[in-house]
Amino acid sequence: MTGQFEPLPGGGAAAPLDEVEISILRSLAVQLLELIGPGAEPAGSGEDDMLAALFAEGPSEPPSDPVLARLFPDAYGGPDAVPDDGVRAASAEFRRYTENDLRARKREDALALIRALDALSAESGGAVLRLKPDECRQWLGALNDLRLAIGTRLEVTDEDDGGELLRLPDSDPRKPMVLAYFWLGGLQETLVEALTG
Amino acid sequence: MGPVSAHPSPTSTLRPHHGSLSVPVEIERPETSEAPFAVPEPDVPWVTVVHNDPVNLMSYVSYVFQTYFGYSKDKAHRLMLDVHHKGRAVVSSGSREEMERDVQAMHGYGLWATLQQDRG
Repeated sequence: MTGQFEPLPGGGAAAPLDEVEISILRSLAVQLLELIGPGAEPAGSGEDDMLAALFAEGPSEPPSDPVLARLFPDAYGGPDAVPDDGVRAASAEFRRYTENDLRARKREDALALIRALDALSAESGGAVLRLKPDECRQWLGALNDLRLAIGTRLEVTDEDDGGELLRLPDSDPRKPMVLAYFWLGGLQETLVEALTG
Repeated sequence: MGPVSAHPSPTSTLRPHHGSLSVPVEIERPETSEAPFAVPEPDVPWVTVVHNDPVNLMSYVSYVFQTYFGYSKDKAHRLMLDVHHKGRAVVSSGSREEMERDVQAMHGYGLWATLQQDRG
């Protein structure tokens, strides 16, 4: 797996992807979508339901799943502070007003990735993915969310960067996720380079 | 509508008013004053803090600081290095509402950010 984006003249970026890579990316993005969950969509489609969705409040508690907790962190407190009641109340308030929008954004980024993959006509085992500048931004977001999700599942720490995890034996059940994690890192790194060049 | 700016400050509305028994909210809660934002002071600016994260790529963090805040490549790079080496960096300052917007944006990009009142 190569996993390299190259800048395109006039903006955007391109990367060759083989069948396996397309399938892995798509599958990971679908898993991320399932984890983020559906939007707070109304049951019907009437105007009242749209208004209800517009003013629907999000949750006030942080998600219990570690991946979701990383994707939707508290806005007050942070690693150095022991949260008191005021901090917790402020975080809960912020979450109620913002988490639904944040989930929607992450869903849209993952969907943009899936749509671009599905638009590829994968002939003879591969295709060249070509992204417009707007699509690049959504892909960057989606690739980052995927790496946050996998990195959290793998409990990646700074010391693991490129080291211990890569030396896992092939028999280790984490090995496929580790390979995907570093492959996604290469894709994201070269996409950032293509955009900032 | 801007949902984060449309609501009153939760810390000021929920904070017990000492000695005022007519206030119905949580008057039994003990006073705690050690948290930096426990008692909001209007004249003290708020800051957005980005925390170090073992997953986010250094180049991506720089890219976000350039793209969202419009910082120069040098400034974005320096802030990113602060996050990486010192564990945190103040990336913006302003009103509480502005900082809530910045934190929400950082979360959108997948960066780990919080806001707090700047006590120097």
